[in-house]
Amino acid sequence: MAIAARKTKAGAPAKAAGKAPAKSAPKGAAKALSNVPTFTKEEELHAYREMLLIRRFEEKAGQMYGMGLIGGFCHLYIGQEAVVIGMQMASKDGDQVITGYRDHGHMLACGMESRGVMAELTGRRGGYSHGKGGSMHMFSREKNFYGGHGIVGAQVSLGAGLGFANWYRQDGRVSMAYFGDGAANQGQVYESFNMAQLWKLPVVFVIENNRYAMGTSVNRASAQTDFSKRGVSFGIPGEQVDGMDVRAVREAASRAIEHARSGKGPYILEMQTYRYRGHSMSDPAKYRSKDEVQRMREEHDPIEQVRGRLTREHKLGEDEFKAIDAKVREIVNDAAEFATHDPEPDASELYTDILLEPAQA
Amino acid sequence: MPIDILMPALSPTMEQGKLAKWLKAEGDKIKAGDIIAEIETDKATMEVEAVDEGVLAKILIADGTENVAVNTPIAVIAADGEDVSAAASGGAKAAPAPQAAEVPPPAEMPASPAPAAAASVPAQAKSYDASSEFPAGAEVVSMTVREALRDAMAEEMRRDADVFVMGEEVAEYQGAYKVTQGLLQEFGARRVIDTPITEHGFAGIGVGAALTGLRPIVEFMTFNFAMQAIDHIINSAAKTLYMSGGQMGCPIVFRGPNGAAARVGAQHSHDYAAWYSNVPGLKVVMPYSASDAKGLLKSAIRDPNPVIFLENEILYGRSFDVPKGDDFLIPIGKAKVVRPGSDVTIVSFGIGMTYALGAAEALAKEGIEAEVIDLRTIRPMDIETVIASVQKTNRCVAVEEGFPQSGVTAEIGMKIMEAAFDYLDAPVARVTGKDVPMPYAANLEKLALPNIGEVVAAAKAVCYRA
Ligand SMILES: Cc1ncc(C[n+]2csc(CCOP(=O)(O)OP(=O)(O)O)c2C)c(N)n1
Ligand SMILES: [Mg+2]
Repeated sequence: MAIAARKTKAGAPAKAAGKAPAKSAPKGAAKALSNVPTFTKEEELHAYREMLLIRRFEEKAGQMYGMGLIGGFCHLYIGQEAVVIGMQMASKDGDQVITGYRDHGHMLACGMESRGVMAELTGRRGGYSHGKGGSMHMFSREKNFYGGHGIVGAQVSLGAGLGFANWYRQDGRVSMAYFGDGAANQGQVYESFNMAQLWKLPVVFVIENNRYAMGTSVNRASAQTDFSKRGVSFGIPGEQVDGMDVRAVREAASRAIEHARSGKGPYILEMQTYRYRGHSMSDPAKYRSKDEVQRMREEHDPIEQVRGRLTREHKLGEDEFKAIDAKVREIVNDAAEFATHDPEPDASELYTDILLEPAQA
Repeated sequence: MPIDILMPALSPTMEQGKLAKWLKAEGDKIKAGDIIAEIETDKATMEVEAVDEGVLAKILIADGTENVAVNTPIAVIAADGEDVSAAASGGAKAAPAPQAAEVPPPAEMPASPAPAAAASVPAQAKSYDASSEFPAGAEVVSMTVREALRDAMAEEMRRDADVFVMGEEVAEYQGAYKVTQGLLQEFGARRVIDTPITEHGFAGIGVGAALTGLRPIVEFMTFNFAMQAIDHIINSAAKTLYMSGGQMGCPIVFRGPNGAAARVGAQHSHDYAAWYSNVPGLKVVMPYSASDAKGLLKSAIRDPNPVIFLENEILYGRSFDVPKGDDFLIPIGKAKVVRPGSDVTIVSFGIGMTYALGAAEALAKEGIEAEVIDLRTIRPMDIETVIASVQKTNRCVAVEEGFPQSGVTAEIGMKIMEAAFDYLDAPVARVTGKDVPMPYAANLEKLALPNIGEVVAAAKAVCYRA
């Protein structure tokens, strides 16, 4: 594996990885990039810290999986960090988030505790679901995070339902439903698009197009690979966004969320992104070239882009980066430590949380 | 301190794998996140990523080595500036020990703490006393099941602004079976919502709304079409409370006609009672009378859990006495002895009650007094009321319109065997729909459904009477 020394040039237009068919090159991204908004130093720092936390958390999860501490399915978000962080930077308190099984990053971005997330991954009582949900099934009512769903596409209808509740209550909230390029081919997605637009529900559909659904590339599964157009027949506006550039994400997210919040109905954002790791931990890795992965990492990494700008434009020094890094590592190591030593749920938990007691009439 | 890198596992079942390739050489600087090696099993390939910064001090397992056991040290990393050669001679174990050592082996696992189904019925079972449901001297009105259901929804919508109805043709058309008649006029289009024909989607929207605390009543034009929505009913509604460790309740009612109507063929005649009753996290209600329909639907709407409310098109037009007033509730999970008797217990629910009651009348003429129980709720099942009856009659016939295999009556029979085997003077008998897709032809459809004669014959058989 040849390691190119090239680093991302901040502000340089994101290019599609070499191996990817031209069709999936981020056309929209180029448009968006012509007026890429700038971030203040504080915003850059915020995005950097938040994305780094997800990156380090996921790396740690991968290692803990390797050590047998985490079981079953475990889908890492590495490479896609800018999507959820940029979206969260544009959302307000009270807005809801719902996603599929690749959910660790979303939870951290919603402000859920690393300890609780990691302990759920290890199936311990201190996990968000007390060890009964696992990697794919965590929730936080407090943080308005509605899961964590293992059925591809289900979160789209459920997310429209969150938007429905906001519409019903007229409470000014917006729901953000994240799903993959693969999920975008599910029938219920279009059922939900239809109703969301028909009833003008405040929901933003965020399609995280990471180019693959397990081992199937977008081109092998999708007749229309421009996912921003998937709402055209319902009249839902859509945009393609360079999902590796947190600034572009935040900018598009602001537009979409404002559209939804102001009562104009749903909005579709196709986030052009990339997952560096396998689909889940066990992945044959035969469906794409190493070169393709390597190029994305080197030329488009969302975190390196911010780091580059912080260095050049905001003159952040090595020591300051080291300090941020140390803080993030401390959080992640603490979470791992907690998740390793927290006890498993008590056996009596087997039969709890199946039904709620009705209130006494 | 130097750190060992251990052979990782690709899955919890992996015990060993091949160290396919080193991507870094001894002496290389390593950053966290760098891919340093590739490992393979017959199923998958995985890249080994560095956790820590430092220098790859020593490779302990060479490229191409097969059958490397999980957790074997494969390399040593020295911290930046550390003496590499010293580090190479041995590292500290990286991070925590593998879980395998901490979890008790299966043999030590405690037995499941919940009592088995049978043990939950006391040795001397007590029948649920339904007499208090109709307060003595309560004023009653005669109404159809259809009207009772409509009143239940209207009353609960008046009581709680979070309750709304959605489904196909529920609003302007007034309901495909006129169950939602008048609701649009009273509650408006925000709370009585016509959906497109899109069961999967609107079931999901209903569940999503319920997760935020709203109380949707989702009407399926018939439960046959809920097959398109069953993923949300089961995977999203029934399981989320458990998977969220008790955080995310889902107060939703899925209702609509279920089972055979008349001459509508196999795709419009399926009885799903057994399907939904199989799923923990759901409550399943299937009323027969108008008063039960009303009282149970009101309880279902107030219930904090997902409730499957199975109605029947043929019963919609039947009239029964219903107590007046808008606080008439029937508890979910309680059966009702609708006809006392001493010779044989006949248990059924929903439209099955027409066969059970008809048979009891016919049997009485022949001197057999049947005790007839209406289960009303399929899940949680009030088996104690059934057992109390069987302890008295020592014989039981269970009746349903659904298919025989893995049916509700199969479950009733099994539960009786678990809890009251010693009381039985004859094996439990069942009368069910026949094991065929519902035919269209009038004569065949009749044959496919249970009938009073079959129940009478089964009752006589368990009483050893010709
Ligand atoms: C209904 C359903 N079908 C199949 C699967 C198995 N499955 C899990 S993830 C996945 C691929 C989804 O890819 P995509 O939507 O692009 O999301 P990504 O994994 O790339 O984030 C499949 C087929 C499932 N979980 N649910
Ligand atoms: Mg994908």
